[in-house]
Amino acid sequence: MTLEPGLYHLLTISTGLFFIGVYGFLTRKNLVTMLMSIELILNSVNLNFIAFNKYLWPHRLDGVFFTLFVIAIAAAEAAVAISIVINIYRNNRSINVEQTEEMKY
Amino acid sequence: MMTLQQMILLIPGIPLFAFLMLGLFSKKIPGNYAATAGTILMGVTTVLSCFVAFGYFTAFGKIDGIYQPMIPFLYHWLPLTDLLEINMGILLDPISALMLFVVSFISLMVHIYSMAYMKDESRIAVYYAFLSLFTFAMLGLVMASNIFQLYIFWELVGLSSFLLIGFYYQKPAAVRAAKKAFIVTRFADLGMLIGILIISYEGKSLDFISLIDHFTNSPQQISGTFLGIASLQWALALIFIGGAGKSALFPLHIWLPDAMEGPTPVSALIHAATMVVAGVFLIARLFPVYAIAAPVLLEGIGYVGALTALFAAIIACTQTDIKRILAYSTMSQIGYMILALGVAGYGAESGLGFTASLFHLFTHALFKALLFLCAGAIIHYVHSNEMRDMGGLKKLMPITHLCFLIGCLAIAGIPPFAGFFSKEEMLFAAYQHNRIIYFVSLFTAGLTAFYMFRLYFSIFWNKPFQQHHSHHGEGGPAMMLPLIVLGIGSVSAGFIPFGKWVSSDGRPLISHFHLSFSILPVLLSLAGIAIAAFYFFKKKETVETTVNAMGGLFRVAKGKFYIDEIYQFVTKKIIFNFIAKPAAWIDKNLIDGLVNAMGNSTVSLSNHIKGIQSGKIQMYAGIFLIGVIGLAILAIYYWN
Repeated sequence: MTLEPGLYHLLTISTGLFFIGVYGFLTRKNLVTMLMSIELILNSVNLNFIAFNKYLWPHRLDGVFFTLFVIAIAAAEAAVAISIVINIYRNNRSINVEQTEEMKY
Repeated sequence: MMTLQQMILLIPGIPLFAFLMLGLFSKKIPGNYAATAGTILMGVTTVLSCFVAFGYFTAFGKIDGIYQPMIPFLYHWLPLTDLLEINMGILLDPISALMLFVVSFISLMVHIYSMAYMKDESRIAVYYAFLSLFTFAMLGLVMASNIFQLYIFWELVGLSSFLLIGFYYQKPAAVRAAKKAFIVTRFADLGMLIGILIISYEGKSLDFISLIDHFTNSPQQISGTFLGIASLQWALALIFIGGAGKSALFPLHIWLPDAMEGPTPVSALIHAATMVVAGVFLIARLFPVYAIAAPVLLEGIGYVGALTALFAAIIACTQTDIKRILAYSTMSQIGYMILALGVAGYGAESGLGFTASLFHLFTHALFKALLFLCAGAIIHYVHSNEMRDMGGLKKLMPITHLCFLIGCLAIAGIPPFAGFFSKEEMLFAAYQHNRIIYFVSLFTAGLTAFYMFRLYFSIFWNKPFQQHHSHHGEGGPAMMLPLIVLGIGSVSAGFIPFGKWVSSDGRPLISHFHLSFSILPVLLSLAGIAIAAFYFFKKKETVETTVNAMGGLFRVAKGKFYIDEIYQFVTKKIIFNFIAKPAAWIDKNLIDGLVNAMGNSTVSLSNHIKGIQSGKIQMYAGIFLIGVIGLAILAIYYWN
């Protein structure tokens, strides 16, 4: 029995990827690692777009375009986030998320 | 050549302009320029007023021999409903033409006089600005075409009176007096406002002409009653209370003697000649309504006037501050005017009291302004208000002496001075209508002569004047000119055929001169003068013994019948303790407590829940995730 990859396989992978990202975001204390987790979440979404586009509406390109958008925005977001992280480092001499609490009540 | 409308708009317009200019640039304009500018502008206003007033009386006022009210200017200001409309207009009739002349003429005299009297004052531009504001408000008041407009100017007049009484704001007594005057008159004006609301509801209009028309033609249509008295009677009584407050009638008179803390020319203008007769003017304005729809109330008003006249005259006999004596005499004379209105009826011969009242208003304005301005000259010379610091000024102040004597003779009602004619008419009207009022006013006439000549002899004779300080003359031409002009007026004003011009129904009223009738009042006045001369011509011990013989009676009168103390008792002991304190308690504990409780509970609640805002990103993200998952579960399993 050959294992033809279908929609469900892809969705399973993307769900796994998503929750790995969420887990990483919630548990890691390093800001850069948290950023990487966000990239994982975004990529799982991209995977979803591509999968739905291919299996449900194969003659259209909406999902592909959306994926391209998300990649572009993710790049911009990474640039902004990295600059914030650098500033936090300059202020705190650390990029531990537990030390960035100045914005509390 | 200006049209009547342009002229009549300029009459209040010029003082308003003067007020704005002098008030806005009071720091920039040098004092003597401000005084000159104010006086010149006032002079223009006076010329215009005289022109309009005499034009009205002699040329365009009469149609078929009857003076018609006319409205040369009307602006539809606030059309509220079809029936109720508040306008700004100018009403010209015999009363307003008369008042136009009186107000602007006395105001001009005071403006001229103040140039000398106030010349050392640093805030003279402000003073002239306030005088202009007063003149504007008073001219607006007398020409108001509807009762609401009158009320607006009425309050403006009260405001300028407050400002001028408190002109020497560094003096605590002046500040207290200003506050007292404002609060007392404002309290009375509350009555007036309620009265205006009722009368405009019943009369379906605010305009004087349509109000008078409505109530004189169909007085029985009034439907509403309160405590068994028709609402119209209430309205008229409440409006009278407003007038009583402004005109210092008993028992709302307490502010007037204290108002003498203001500069003396102000006392002459506002608290003797013009503003305080606003109450008389108000009753005269609505006179047909009072006379036809509420004759009983009018009778009561007459009694209030008689009581005030007598009461103030008795107090005036015991005071020692010359301005206060003049203030009480003003109260007494206003009482006369009110009692004359009270004994008048509408139309023809029975309207004699009305004519007499306004005649007395006119002559009183002249001689009382004269007396006050003389008093100002004397105070300027002696530097004291107290009678005991004066005496023997006859040779030192000859012009003032002569003018003061004329004023005293006029107010005492000695022929042929102005006061004689008006007082004789008032007494005759009272004699015909109500004997009680007549005898009270007759007795008061004697008292008036006594206290005025007590004042005269104490100032100018009595004892040689002790010179404490350098001699500086009577005060220069700017102070003497108004005295002389007003003196001439006080001698000659009685010969004006007043009844031809001002009467209750607009028809000329020929007042006869009753020689046999007028002997008694004149004799009484002469007796008053003789008694005053006996006691005060030379300094005597008999004054002391007489005062001691009168004992308690004298003390009560000197204590002004303790009316001020009664007010103090009522306000401090009763109102403060039983109304103000519980109200303050409720305010502090209930109302403030409620507001504070709301505030405090919000604070404590937010203190409890602020921990959620921890600043920990991952906690926020976790909560967010839980929320999203919760919503997803809801959407998947419970939607539809």
